[in-house]
Amino acid sequence: MSGNASSNSFEATIGSAKPDPILTLDDMVRTFGGLRAVDIDHLEIQRGIITAFIGPNGAGKTTLFNLITGFDKPNSGSWVFGDSSLAGKAPHIIAQAGMVRTFQLTKSLAKMTVLDNMLLGAAKQRGELLRYALLPTQWKKQESKVLEKAEGLLERFNLAHMREEYAATLSGGQRKLLEMARALMSEPTLILLDEPMAGVNPALVESLLQHIENLRDDGVSVLFIEHDMDVIMGISDWIVVLAEGRIIAEGTPGEVSKNPAVIDAYLGSSVAEELKNV
Amino acid sequence: MVLNLLAGIDISKLLGLALRTSIGVQAATFALAAVGLNLHYGYTGLLNFGVVAFMAAGAYGMAIFFTQGWLGGSLLLGIAAGLVFAIGIALSIGLPSLRLRADYLAITTIAIAEVLRISFRSQRLLDLTGGPFGLPSIEDRNANVSFADVVTIDWNPINDGAYGFWRLRFDEQTLWVMILGWTMVMLTTLLIWGLMRSPWGRVIKAIREDEDAARALGKNVFSYKLQSLIIGGMIVALAGITRSLNTGFVETQQFKPQTTFFIWTVLILGGAASVWGPVIGAITFWFIIVFVEELLRQMVDSGWIPEAILESNDIASVRMIMMGIMLAVLMIWRPQGLVGKKEEAQIDVR
Repeated sequence: MSGNASSNSFEATIGSAKPDPILTLDDMVRTFGGLRAVDIDHLEIQRGIITAFIGPNGAGKTTLFNLITGFDKPNSGSWVFGDSSLAGKAPHIIAQAGMVRTFQLTKSLAKMTVLDNMLLGAAKQRGELLRYALLPTQWKKQESKVLEKAEGLLERFNLAHMREEYAATLSGGQRKLLEMARALMSEPTLILLDEPMAGVNPALVESLLQHIENLRDDGVSVLFIEHDMDVIMGISDWIVVLAEGRIIAEGTPGEVSKNPAVIDAYLGSSVAEELKNV
Repeated sequence: MVLNLLAGIDISKLLGLALRTSIGVQAATFALAAVGLNLHYGYTGLLNFGVVAFMAAGAYGMAIFFTQGWLGGSLLLGIAAGLVFAIGIALSIGLPSLRLRADYLAITTIAIAEVLRISFRSQRLLDLTGGPFGLPSIEDRNANVSFADVVTIDWNPINDGAYGFWRLRFDEQTLWVMILGWTMVMLTTLLIWGLMRSPWGRVIKAIREDEDAARALGKNVFSYKLQSLIIGGMIVALAGITRSLNTGFVETQQFKPQTTFFIWTVLILGGAASVWGPVIGAITFWFIIVFVEELLRQMVDSGWIPEAILESNDIASVRMIMMGIMLAVLMIWRPQGLVGKKEEAQIDVR
């Protein structure tokens, strides 16, 4: 099941140390009025594996994503990505550092073509600087490299035949694929996927899962939010369970599904039934 | 019957006047302003309802610099001063409000446009802006001294005379300003075309659609929006400058908010987010306005429309009604304008 054997060797306790964390969070708190939407003492995300955040609606998963990626600001807390602290950094700086996210409600740019969506994703483009924009000789070479990369990714994500179409014409699942492929254009070291399977035609889910596993095999660390239990169990190397803003458990899929705190205190009986069959 | 209907109508005059206006300096200045607004709204999605603020900045910057005789009072430096003033306005609008949601920019731009107009008109700035009398001063105007003369006389390479044919005959001064105006329209259109086919333009269009998506891909959205506001603002300022060089003076009456909405109509009529939309829009806009106005005038004069319904004095205000109707009809039935792409039209309520 697990693509990375070493993931079994972490200790399945909350806030446990990982051998090579890519992302470390400390004392992250975000309150909305009287509600503590996110309240995490310590969390480490291991490099090179697929980590999943699960939890019911309102558990603080997406808020946590927004905090990590700079789209929202915590009341307090610090987080370190690789070697650099990201606290207080703007979203585009965080993305440039190699941590790229997708959104729960897909943000494919509907009035741009699929190909333009992809080209936009590439990082450090000279032609994106105003001083070079009017001088194609300054960016044509880089542009053709970017184009080549985009075509390769479109091929891989089965979108090549749609390249000239406006993104508005894609189905929900194809938009999820496009957003993922576009995020990969910048060659991130950590990709954050917010419910990549939500609203996707079941026929496409299998291929989406395959793509996520391929990412890990290519050396990209993956962090994703999902609430479909079967999906989580099948694909994740490590699971972090959130409820009401707190981490209530972390561990391998097997460990989490047997964790009484997860089953009794939070998942509820119907889900517990479901987990027994996994 | 048809002949009867046309009896009081001078078709040659009707078409002649409409055509004359649609290729005139006024159409060129509107086209220029719409090119600037197109970068703001059509491509970047910035709701600039203070177009006239940038026109005023350009015109007054140039006029003040020239009439004060600063640095020798060179007109070229004056024009540069107008453009710098426009950059200042772009920064003062953009720095506080571009980080906020789009509607706040809209409110700020309307406010700044009115603040500028009322300040220029104030007694306190009388020595600088001429207050309600405008620039150049009445004495200078009576003595026929104006910045316009530098362009229309000193810089004019065309020999005295009338050029053209039929009702499209222009004197050498009007013709020269027309050539200058339309040349600037062509150059700025070319600039926008070049920018929008570059990766820079791709980021700009992405911001129009979804700022957060652009941010998530590592683009500094604030910086791009500010760049767009400044470049577009300078183009709009050129429109203000060109108009003053044609009229020969600047005064606050020329910079009322309705001008902003004329230019919005021009842009939406031609097609926002299309390279040639502003140009096609300006030409068509002035053709329709003048055609309908002149037709009404002739119909009133020849008795086809009884005075009880419309008097000839009221015809000018029909222009505002027409503009309103035109804008509403376009938004509902043809949001992409005359030459825009339907797929990229921005006015679709989701």
